[in-house]
Amino acid sequence: MKRALAIMVGAALILLLATLTLVVMPYLQMSAEQIPPDLKPYTEQQQRGRQVYIANGCVYCHSQQPRDPSFAPGDKARGWGRPSVPGDYAYDEPHLLGTMRTGPDLFNIGARQPSIDWQLMHLYNPRAIIKGSIMPSYPFLFRHVEEPVEGDKVVNIPPPYGPETGKIVATEDALALAEYMLALDHTYPAPTLPKKQSNSDEPKENRAP
Amino acid sequence: MTPTIAILLIITFVLSTVGLLLLIWSIANNQFSHGQAAARTIFSPGEEGHSEDPARAADEPFTGDTSEQTEAIEARWSADQSSRTAVLTWLSSSVFWLLLGSFFGLASSIKMHLPEFLTASEFLTFGRIRPVHLNAVTYGWASMAGIGVALFLIPRLFKTSLVGGKYAVIGGFIWNIGLILGLSAITLGLSDGEEWLEFPWQIDILFVVGGALCAVPLLLTAANRKVEHLYVTSWYLMAALVWFPFLFLIANLPFAFPGASGATVNWWFAHNVLGLWVTPIGIGIAYYMIPKILGRPIISYQLSLIGFWSLALFYSQVGIHHLIGGPIPTWLVTLSIVHSVMMSIPVITVAINHHGTMMGNFGRLKDSPTLRFVWIGALMYTVASLQGSMEALRSINVITHFTHYTVAHAHLGMYAFLSFILFGAVYFIMPRLTNWEWPWRKLISLHFWLVSAGILIYVVSLTVAGWKQGVALLDAAMPFMDIVKMTLPGLQARTVGGALMTLGHLVFAFHFIAMLLRSGAATEQPTLFRPATKENAQ
Repeated sequence: MKRALAIMVGAALILLLATLTLVVMPYLQMSAEQIPPDLKPYTEQQQRGRQVYIANGCVYCHSQQPRDPSFAPGDKARGWGRPSVPGDYAYDEPHLLGTMRTGPDLFNIGARQPSIDWQLMHLYNPRAIIKGSIMPSYPFLFRHVEEPVEGDKVVNIPPPYGPETGKIVATEDALALAEYMLALDHTYPAPTLPKKQSNSDEPKENRAP
Repeated sequence: MTPTIAILLIITFVLSTVGLLLLIWSIANNQFSHGQAAARTIFSPGEEGHSEDPARAADEPFTGDTSEQTEAIEARWSADQSSRTAVLTWLSSSVFWLLLGSFFGLASSIKMHLPEFLTASEFLTFGRIRPVHLNAVTYGWASMAGIGVALFLIPRLFKTSLVGGKYAVIGGFIWNIGLILGLSAITLGLSDGEEWLEFPWQIDILFVVGGALCAVPLLLTAANRKVEHLYVTSWYLMAALVWFPFLFLIANLPFAFPGASGATVNWWFAHNVLGLWVTPIGIGIAYYMIPKILGRPIISYQLSLIGFWSLALFYSQVGIHHLIGGPIPTWLVTLSIVHSVMMSIPVITVAINHHGTMMGNFGRLKDSPTLRFVWIGALMYTVASLQGSMEALRSINVITHFTHYTVAHAHLGMYAFLSFILFGAVYFIMPRLTNWEWPWRKLISLHFWLVSAGILIYVVSLTVAGWKQGVALLDAAMPFMDIVKMTLPGLQARTVGGALMTLGHLVFAFHFIAMLLRSGAATEQPTLFRPATKENAQ
């Protein structure tokens, strides 16, 4: 029993060490990071949209973390934005950094596609806008009505993707999600970019065509 | 940065001092002197040189030459019987979750190239069924089957009956309730939002309780053990059962880690589920099954202990290689990359032991289903781990990160390594528990070839598609939609591979149920004593 206990205690201690280095220390360091002054907290509607994003698993195909151009040149050149810093995620709970780019990075989708009509149309059926897209359509975020009433947000779907009669109206969830998309705009400068990166980065940015 | 470096230096210093003290302590206590004697503890007296594989057609089980040896074999038979209810609870549940997880995986795969497939209902949207697949196969199939096999091996390794098996049965029920609630929550859109941690934290408590209840029989049986040596498999199993509740609890602490630090906790956890939970279970099972079926001890016992401790040290710190290039401190990423590369040490020691023990016995793969599944699993562990070390390098990761390549790698590890070993173990265990033989050996073959062909197609197609995708993503001159189109053939091939694997699981589940119902031709005696007439053959 003594040896069995020794193995289990040893195993626990090693994991404790890993917890210190991989959980506690990064937490201490990153929670001391400065929040960029231009970063706005989410509104209630945007926060609701964020929940819709989580509930429908957008994170499984979309990342929110452009990499440094000196490391991965494609990210910035595709218009996905400057490398992100810990402070950019100050209001993100849980984080939605993502691990797949089956679809493009969304860290700055609000700056790339600032039209809410584009966002809604794309959610209703991505192929209505982008030929060959493999993103699922989300018809359950919309209602099909014969006659929209006052206050309904009508989404004009180009044929043949829309219904034959009546109109497509966005639900509260769809509007919230679209507002969250528009809020994903981190084009402000990042004061906390690590010195080494920002020094080598700035002149490069100026040189870029 | 200065305080961070100072803390790092202090930790390194403390760590090396503790390591040195541990070494002195273990030499003083003769921890290294057991050697090959410990490697032989898995055999009954006189059993070495005899194969044990109840799933093998032409097997002649060793039943003992002397009365003492026969007694030892019979004691093992009652040890097996003592764990029956607990093991069957966990294994039967795992087979159910395997089937469910496979269908969800297959549907997710189809949706990747047919985006209009099942889009009408929010409950079947890709972003919900994909996490249902992952959680069902990880916490349902792999974890439950792993615990089931561990519960079977514990009394065997300690040469005593399982004490407190009913705690494990209750634990199994709680675990299943957790899965039902957790998967329903994801389907209803109540996910916690982090990969591998989707279950709402309130439901996670059930898994911690269920897992802890399985540690009770482990501790009680260990206290009751009748062997002097702890065989290396028990090291891995004990450590895994300590690590999992700890990991799961910390990672699920609600509201503790916001923003970018949440990402580090997320991936610290997610990779530790692989490294410190399913990997030790898989390796531990292989360490038992390979020598047991060959009837020869592993070639180096000392090496296996080095492998164990280096796995614990290095694997626990690799998680952040999932965030290379991400918004987190560079030192943290570098730390994980270093440990990922250091992982080649435990991987190579385990490989020497597993494959070295196989040397000269590869012919046995033909007739032993368990050995075939387990050894291929062990081989894929070597391959997947070395591939993983490579993928952690910045120069490789910049290509493979965010692509289907990673998905192929994950399946090489979780399926070709772990699931194959679990399949092999189930083929070994079931005849021992039900005292019934596998009714249709051809179904075992069919299962093997379906899943092997399936995973081969899966891994090759996604690896190629993912690599091309990764190279193209770095080149901004290539339009994004062209990259999507380029990956389509790989995604379609993955559906073919996944369909074959699912078919294989249907065959496996059918055969498993037949065993539970004791279908097929009746044999007069328990499998262990099957060829009563051949008792004196050896």
